[in-house]
Amino acid sequence: MSNDILILAEHLNGKLADITYELAGRAKALAGVFGGQAIAVVLGSGAKVLAESIGADSILYVDDPALAQFNPEAYSRVLTALIKERGPRVVMLGNTSMGMDLGSGLSVTTGLPFIAYVNGLATEGGALVATSQIYGGKIQAEAVPQGEACIVSCLAGAFPAEAGRGSAPVEQNASPVSLSDLKVKFVKLIEPQGGDVDITQQPILVSIGRGIGGPENIELAQELAEALGCAVSSSRPVTDAGWLPKTRQVGKSGLTVKPKIYLAFGISGAPEHLEGMRGAETIIAVNTDVKAPIFDVAHYGATCDILDLFPALTDKVKG
Amino acid sequence: MNIVVSIKQVPNLTDDLEINSDGTNVDLDALQYVLNEWDEHALEEAVLAKESAGGAVTVVGVDTTGELDGALHTALAKGADKAAKITGDYPRGTDSHTQAKLLADAIKGMSPDLVFTGVQAADDRDGQLGPMIAAHLGFPYVGVVTGVEVKGGAAIVHKEYAGGVMAEFEVALPAVIGVQAAHQPPRYAPVSKIRQIAKTAKIDEFAGGAAPGAGSTVRRMFKPVSAGHAEMWDGSPEEVAEKIVGLIKEKGLLKT
Amino acid sequence: MAVGLDKVKPENITEEKTLVVQGMDISGHWNRMFEQRVIWDYDLDNLEKVTNLPGGESLGWCYGCAKCTGVCPVDIVGDYSPRKIHRKTQTGTDLFTSPDLWLCTTCMNCLRVCPKEVDMIKIMPAVREQVVLAGSNVPPELQKAFEDTAKHGNPLGQPQRKRADWVKKAGVPVPIMKDLKRPVDTLWYVGSYPSYHPRGIDAASAAARIFNALGIDFGILGIEEKDDGDSQRLAGEKGLFEMLAEQNIATFSKYEFNRMVVTGPHEFNAFKNEYPKYGGDFKVSHYTRFLVEHLDKLKPLLKKPVNLKVTFHDPCYLGRHNGEYDAPRELLCAIPGLELVEMGRCRENGYCCGGGGGGMWLDSFTKEHTTMRLSERRVREAAEYGADVLAVCCPFEVSRFEDAAKSTGNDKLLVRDILELLDESMRG
Repeated sequence: MSNDILILAEHLNGKLADITYELAGRAKALAGVFGGQAIAVVLGSGAKVLAESIGADSILYVDDPALAQFNPEAYSRVLTALIKERGPRVVMLGNTSMGMDLGSGLSVTTGLPFIAYVNGLATEGGALVATSQIYGGKIQAEAVPQGEACIVSCLAGAFPAEAGRGSAPVEQNASPVSLSDLKVKFVKLIEPQGGDVDITQQPILVSIGRGIGGPENIELAQELAEALGCAVSSSRPVTDAGWLPKTRQVGKSGLTVKPKIYLAFGISGAPEHLEGMRGAETIIAVNTDVKAPIFDVAHYGATCDILDLFPALTDKVKG
Repeated sequence: MNIVVSIKQVPNLTDDLEINSDGTNVDLDALQYVLNEWDEHALEEAVLAKESAGGAVTVVGVDTTGELDGALHTALAKGADKAAKITGDYPRGTDSHTQAKLLADAIKGMSPDLVFTGVQAADDRDGQLGPMIAAHLGFPYVGVVTGVEVKGGAAIVHKEYAGGVMAEFEVALPAVIGVQAAHQPPRYAPVSKIRQIAKTAKIDEFAGGAAPGAGSTVRRMFKPVSAGHAEMWDGSPEEVAEKIVGLIKEKGLLKT
Repeated sequence: MAVGLDKVKPENITEEKTLVVQGMDISGHWNRMFEQRVIWDYDLDNLEKVTNLPGGESLGWCYGCAKCTGVCPVDIVGDYSPRKIHRKTQTGTDLFTSPDLWLCTTCMNCLRVCPKEVDMIKIMPAVREQVVLAGSNVPPELQKAFEDTAKHGNPLGQPQRKRADWVKKAGVPVPIMKDLKRPVDTLWYVGSYPSYHPRGIDAASAAARIFNALGIDFGILGIEEKDDGDSQRLAGEKGLFEMLAEQNIATFSKYEFNRMVVTGPHEFNAFKNEYPKYGGDFKVSHYTRFLVEHLDKLKPLLKKPVNLKVTFHDPCYLGRHNGEYDAPRELLCAIPGLELVEMGRCRENGYCCGGGGGGMWLDSFTKEHTTMRLSERRVREAAEYGADVLAVCCPFEVSRFEDAAKSTGNDKLLVRDILELLDESMRG
């Protein structure tokens, strides 16, 4: 076993996702403590140029046509082989749509422990200590892997991306395993429907959550948005229920927004939502539950009823 | 077509979570357990797949609370055809590695074409069940799926990425799918129907084997201390509206 | 033109929305007397589908006298009555799939006058139960209320653990049985709307102040309390009602008390008439009768005059269903300065607010099938009688009537629970 840290780079549509830099930055620091190297693993097809811009200690680029797009089965096979071959100290994945397809499965195929939802990594006397955010963000769990090596998946935004930018020497290899008989076949990417408002470009957002009650109340939010000259966005439950199109969804599986003012009405502040809006300049949250986690990231808050607040606010804005 | 839905019960997150006396876990005995909400979607997606492509749905879970029967009866009321539970010395909070192994062992004998499970659960500290069940069974896995269509021995699935982008995959069966959301909200099972079913339902029991364990030890659990908190505005909706408009004006963003 | 027994051909019929003939306005519903009435040529299958259900038999007894049509609150704002349903099932309507299934509020005015005792209070829930079990044709709003009740113990979808939060703002002690740990004289079942809805909380707080002022030894169940589920039962979810009954009876049985008092007529109906069937037999009073029993102590506390013209709306489940018409009036008349004005449709002939039988959770649905909401019709009546205040004593009613007052342009009409009026007079 080596003292190296392997991180899995994520890319989509020819761009590296920020999580890649976040993992690379943290890996470099950890590798320093363990006395090994931070190695970024990039899987792709004709994507060497992508691999060149990661600030790890070195980059391992595996090239194969079957890796042109993310494929959980192909990635799992390649990573299992790489992990068994190189015996790294720690394998870091993103706790993302891609990472979640791989992490726990790799634990079974490699026999290494796996810790998910990690938002903190530390070392104590040469051992890794991983802190995970569980129970919807309400509890932090500090854990130590049994044995020297382990796999972790880290939440987006847990580590700073700046620390992982840069470049490093790239070693290009063919796939260590055959990828010819895959049962999972990538068919196509489906982009979200255009023609709707781009909420990432709005200076103000009137954002609604489950607290809006029902689709019949959305027009209250829309009237306010119109008066303010901005758009309505929402948390996941609203788009899942079909009350607003998916293009309005703010959060981990939606869009990340950084407006000057983010008005959160009836949004509780689940971690997946916070991921998408905590970078807003000013956050004002209104929720009848004084303990709602949104108030931990909001700058200002109130607990009045949003159905009364909307018309009052619209009047004052127009007035 | 044989569809298996793997479920688990998790603590009800609207309850107050308290840390136990040695600070290593949440006091799970004090909590009410409910069906993992992603498993509700998995069940709905399975019943929808059965309704359109034909077949039977079997729902299975590890009984860590002694109260799994209620969840199984509810699943039967929602359209599942068979229910099974894995019993043994598996307390509340049994780790995901153990549950995945137990479930895979039971599911193996069910000869499934498709295994649906919720993509994640609130207590999956040591990892999500889906990929582990798949690895034990030797089946392929695709997760964060919001739409499944079965066509001639394969499942066409839509996997969600951030920003509303989705990828379509064609997965040869048998396979395990981690469901993020069913393509309609989970149906309501009338309590009348659940009670009716509870009187006559037969639940298959599997005795579970050894627990592989999580592979990591929790040395401390604690409630996060928030870095900050909002400045709270009291008052009537009118008064709060006044303050909000004031702020918008201050930032020069009020259109006149 | 002489119209004899010849069929009037449909192409010879013109239908006008309004018609003024020789200066007389004869606008109205299409008069079926101008078509040949089919009285022998019909198919009984749809009617038998209903009468074969346990509880549905009495629909077959209807002989078409139409006494029910005259009193049915839905017919006044729509085209609906038990007699019409009986007729429609003979001419092709399947009650199981018809929207008519969901319009009945189980107000019981029909049963009150029916010479054949056609019992819609049994018929509608029986059919609804089958439809709910099958899972199709249930209006989504209603389905959500069932789901919220099952998950959270209340149809408003509020968390169970917040059911006693209102107590902090009552301004007076409201003992919770779990913390009190001793027997009480009176167990006060607060109810879901008084615990969670802002206007319900106003009434609950008023009740708490009145009970304290009277020195009543009482306690509430707090977060252990669950919805009575009576309206959900009548809307077709009998299993949900039974589950709640089992849970509530188990909770009640944990504690020692002499009697129960309830805030609302629906739980009064459930606890008095249904719970004994599930092993829960308690002495229960609605708060109006309870307070009348304490009137000798209450009256001297009513110091401040309430100089308003007040009309009282008889709640269907206190009045017609359980025979209590006087206690609310006695309380109102005990308030100095208050002038009680009776509406035309009062007491046994009270006009339903539309909230019962599931109506509370069918607002969008009902709106599509009536010319106005029942609550709007009732509010107009209150305004016609010149009332300043429409007094109620059922927690379903306050929000319904306040919304109706706004939507009918009667913003000046105040809606108050009797508890609030007593409290106002008490805090002189």
